[in-house]
Amino acid sequence: MRRIPWTLLVFAAAFAIPWLGSRFYTFIATDVAILALFALSLNLLLGYTGLVSFGHAAYFGIGAYTSAIFMKTLGLPFWLGFPAAGVAAGLFALVFGCFCVRLTKIYFAMLTLAFAQIVWAICFKWNAVTGGEQGMPNVPYPDLDWIGAIPGLDGFRVGDRFYFLTLVLVALAIVALRRIVHSPFGRVLAVIRENPERAEFIGIDVRRYQLAAFAVAGVFAGLAGALFGIFNRGVFPDFAYWTKSAEVLIMTILGGMGHFWGPAVGAAALTILNLQITAYTQYWPLILGTILIVLLFAFPGGLVGTSVDLFRRVRRGRDAGRP
Amino acid sequence: MPEPSFLFGQFLSGLTASMFLFVTAVGLSLIFGVLRVLNFAHGSLYMLGAYLAWQIMAWLGPGPEHFWPAALGAAVVVAIVGAAIERVMFRHLYDREELYQLLFTYALVLVIADIVKILWGTQQLSVSRPVSLSGGTTIFGTLVPHYNIFIIMLGPAIAFGLWLLLHRSRAGRVIRAAVLDREMLGALGANVGWLYTGMFAVGAFLAGLGGALVTPVKTIVPGMDVEVIVEVFIIVVIGGLGSLWGTFLGAIIFGQVLSFGILLMPRFSIFSVFALMAIILIVRPWGLLGKRLTR
Repeated sequence: MRRIPWTLLVFAAAFAIPWLGSRFYTFIATDVAILALFALSLNLLLGYTGLVSFGHAAYFGIGAYTSAIFMKTLGLPFWLGFPAAGVAAGLFALVFGCFCVRLTKIYFAMLTLAFAQIVWAICFKWNAVTGGEQGMPNVPYPDLDWIGAIPGLDGFRVGDRFYFLTLVLVALAIVALRRIVHSPFGRVLAVIRENPERAEFIGIDVRRYQLAAFAVAGVFAGLAGALFGIFNRGVFPDFAYWTKSAEVLIMTILGGMGHFWGPAVGAAALTILNLQITAYTQYWPLILGTILIVLLFAFPGGLVGTSVDLFRRVRRGRDAGRP
Repeated sequence: MPEPSFLFGQFLSGLTASMFLFVTAVGLSLIFGVLRVLNFAHGSLYMLGAYLAWQIMAWLGPGPEHFWPAALGAAVVVAIVGAAIERVMFRHLYDREELYQLLFTYALVLVIADIVKILWGTQQLSVSRPVSLSGGTTIFGTLVPHYNIFIIMLGPAIAFGLWLLLHRSRAGRVIRAAVLDREMLGALGANVGWLYTGMFAVGAFLAGLGGALVTPVKTIVPGMDVEVIVEVFIIVVIGGLGSLWGTFLGAIIFGQVLSFGILLMPRFSIFSVFALMAIILIVRPWGLLGKRLTR
């Protein structure tokens, strides 16, 4: 059987969304793309290195604030603010990570949470730089005129143009993440996840690899945050709050952390579900909580993990009759 | 240099805040000590306690004399809810990774918050102070409400009571054995399952009691769950998760840092407690009085 290039198909389909002409679809697609990157960055820690970070929103928030400060306060262009967001988030992840990777299991989770709360507290109170409780509204859109100059892409609204930019940047980031997890470096991370003691015995500097993974995950979370700040038309302290960290964990688990695309699927499922359900009821958290409980008890592999299992079982059943 | 009486007042207000939070925090700490689970839903149980206290008072009829039965009743109901959650759901996650346990407790946060909204709406509710403690006494030129004095005395009383339970009773010996090695304890014939349920119920009782007791001085609002869990989380991390006196110390430090931090740097007092927590996690991850985990 020839392999179907699913990733390319999905990308092409996503790229075609603005032609549907609905502002709403573009809006959802932008949201999903950014959150997918955020969740995928977390999964580098969760699924690939086996580190439970309960403070990943910190790096999302740092990225968002960095790009907002660059673009709004300093008036610098997006192509400076965007990479700066990744660099800043990565640096903070490196510093915080130094302390976090010294701890194991639940203490690691708690320290990541503690650092995230510190970031939140700073964003919440440092009015002069972060706008405090009010956040930083009206983060400007990057200059998107050049997208209109590309043949075939003229005549789109600014939201659609930003979507094209987001989609391409997210796709590039995902390609980079995928290369990282399939590189020798990524393989070492998997060894650490499976058995840290053993990894230590065969001469791997476990903490250094964990720290590297933590910093890389921070970079990508920061990039996602930068895009989200612009998409959201403002940056707010909530971006770094612990409930946001829980949200991205839920996306990752919902999609399935055992598969590369799991978190992206989870981000899409959760975002679309949220929009569908909030149209009927204000009790979205109740439904999300219930979904999460069912998931944890019945489908710990998440959407992707469960469907892959199912698919394999069906195929095995079909092949069983043959020699 | 500010007036000594002003400083004393500040000290007392910090201490009151400490002891309010201690009641809830020690429940979280106990649950962690035995079950090794960080229960995010602890704040939700606290909120449930506050709303139930209000509800029971509303049922018993007007008048602040119903405060005590309401507070105790609320705590008991919350304890039952906690035990039910542990029995029906939580116990199936013990052999799973801590990520699943953490997320399960977070799912409870979401569910309980909405159930509270469905049952009691989103408007603020309030409860009046019990008659027996409605007055105040002037100490060193500061008027201290009797209710606050009661809370300041209740904190150490609860701590001492729990210490007696843990260190001077057979049940306490079994609980401490469970902290050390739950498998061995089970092998020796102790009923570890019910022990866990019991611990969860005690922890939930303390959360509910903390929530009920705070109602005369704080308005009852949705969102108090997430607010308090952050505060008690800081306290138990500073003092040492699973440590009784550590939690007590953590609560006192938290109250004082917050209360004097507001004087020194009004804007960043919340930051200072987070920073304190991070420093402690870096230097002594198991907390000031906690024990280092070998497993």
